[in-house]
Amino acid sequence: MPEAAEASTRRRIRAAGGIASGVDCVGVELRQRRALPGILGPMFQRRKPEPGATGAIEMTGLTLQFGTLVAVDHIDCQVPHGEIFGLLGANGAGKTSTIKMLTTLLPPSAGRACVAGYDVVAAPAEVRRRIGYVPQMLSADGALTGYENLLLSARLYGVGRATRRRRIEDALEFMGLTAFAHRLVKTYSGGMIRRLELAQATLHQPKVLFLDEPTIGLDPVARRSVWERLADLNREFGITILLTTHDMEEAEQLCRDIAILHAGRIAVRGRPAELKASIAPTATLDQVFAHYSAMSEGGRLRDTAQTRRTARRLG
Amino acid sequence: MSAWVLDSFAIADVELRKLMRDPAELVSRAVQPLLWLLVFGQVLARVRAIDTGQLGYLAFMTPGILAQSVLFSAIFYGISVIWERDLGIVQKLLVSPASRASLIIGKAISADFRGIVQACVIYLIALLLRVPVRLEPAAVLGVLVVVTLGSAVFATFSLVIACAVKTRERFMGIGQVLTMPLFFASNAIYPLQIMPPWLRVIAQVNPLTYVVDALRQLMIQGGHSIYGLGWDCAVLTLVFLVLLGIGVRAYPHLVR
Ligand SMILES: Nc1ncnc2c1ncn2[C@@H]1O[C@H](COP(=O)(O)OP(=O)(O)OP(=O)(O)O)[C@@H](O)[C@H]1O
Ligand SMILES: [Mg+2]
Repeated sequence: MPEAAEASTRRRIRAAGGIASGVDCVGVELRQRRALPGILGPMFQRRKPEPGATGAIEMTGLTLQFGTLVAVDHIDCQVPHGEIFGLLGANGAGKTSTIKMLTTLLPPSAGRACVAGYDVVAAPAEVRRRIGYVPQMLSADGALTGYENLLLSARLYGVGRATRRRRIEDALEFMGLTAFAHRLVKTYSGGMIRRLELAQATLHQPKVLFLDEPTIGLDPVARRSVWERLADLNREFGITILLTTHDMEEAEQLCRDIAILHAGRIAVRGRPAELKASIAPTATLDQVFAHYSAMSEGGRLRDTAQTRRTARRLG
Repeated sequence: MSAWVLDSFAIADVELRKLMRDPAELVSRAVQPLLWLLVFGQVLARVRAIDTGQLGYLAFMTPGILAQSVLFSAIFYGISVIWERDLGIVQKLLVSPASRASLIIGKAISADFRGIVQACVIYLIALLLRVPVRLEPAAVLGVLVVVTLGSAVFATFSLVIACAVKTRERFMGIGQVLTMPLFFASNAIYPLQIMPPWLRVIAQVNPLTYVVDALRQLMIQGGHSIYGLGWDCAVLTLVFLVLLGIGVRAYPHLVR
């Protein structure tokens, strides 16, 4: 236990690029088993082995390249179970790309990631069963009603017939959408769609929730109620939440820990209070963000970013 | 019941709800087969240019036109899935625990529904044009089975193409390039026997040929299948499973 505490302190304060912790999670032997039944085998399988006892999210040297552009550059990062974790960073820093790898949408170019104890490459089906995801882009199905969107999610996530209806109604109620439940989503406002998506992503009580700028476009009241809802989910069910945001107030209110991404790397990680204190006694999180996402001229990170951008222009 | 079956039905269910919200689209798809039978069929029947054995030309081509409209309505699934990808809907489905196979089978079931609607429309037109269609329940049921298989094959084919080309513009281009040859290089509107040998070879590897071949016996009085119903259905089932296997692997690439 003291070892673990020490390790976590080290992780918290140190900047990115350090020693990769040995990620140990289920998946490799799973994949070998899957390969056996031939072409039809992997299509229909849904297995349920127990997850290993690791952090909720573990990234080791996680990298994503788009051609020559390195969007995510050897990230090492762990998020313990039950934590609300904020991924911050300027536009194009690699937040969405990281989430897409963790949610199994994009395969990493290098490195490993485990979510809820399962490797995202070797056991993607196990990962998917345990996560919820709100993408950055508004993406509920406009040709369906709010209720139907939720019903589809409930069915695909295996929410039992007995509890389905009540869960959907509770979620609608909580997100203030009951009156609009049977209207087509294409007639919703942006904020209403966002709330519907949050309802959709939490309906099945996932172990890990990925929220890519969850409160974008929400009015101040709705935003606060979403924060409360997320804090509740986290407290009551121990759901681990990884969210990205450009809203420093959101990060401070919600996140126990944050990491600031810069050009695909973790520039710094720590508790918001620690990070502020490390810059100046009276610093705000905005200043922390500015400090780390626009590293001083000639700084190592800025340099690499610029070289890459130039390379991309020329290439 | 198996999870993948439930998931397929969940996907099919929302697809059908969307379809039922826009019945105009469904009905408008009946116009094209109507024109083919009414104009093309009537004219060619009159000139007796094509030797169709003891069957009248209109009776000969009716199953071909049903197969054609199965093909044309199923091929639309590729573009719709690209559209849904652009809206972020496919990403959400891919993050859900539903197996990739159910995402595809769900679409195929919805295509089946479209195909069956087309079949009803064409039976109606055929009856009006006094085409000697078979109306015994077993034959009609057989037609529905073949239409279901054909729709599933072409919807899945279309999804696979969509995963390969990825953009709407490219799909539009390739869709045109593929559907017309699939139709003309088949036995839909002329028999295999009168084709030049090279075309016959293409027609024999074209799944549409097997749809038409089975429909010709099941739909028309005095119609005969060349390959036999069992063989036709076996070929279509096999093609569907192969396409499904490819689709399961290709589907995630749509969002990359
Ligand atoms: N499909 C893609 N093809 C090529 N490059 C991409 C693709 N998606 C993202 N990128 C690039 O990867 C980098 C990281 O993008 P990402 O979307 O992860 O940033 P982000 O941190 O989420 O930014 P934002 O705050 O604007 O959402 C950017 O330089 C972007 O241009
Ligand atoms: Mg983003």
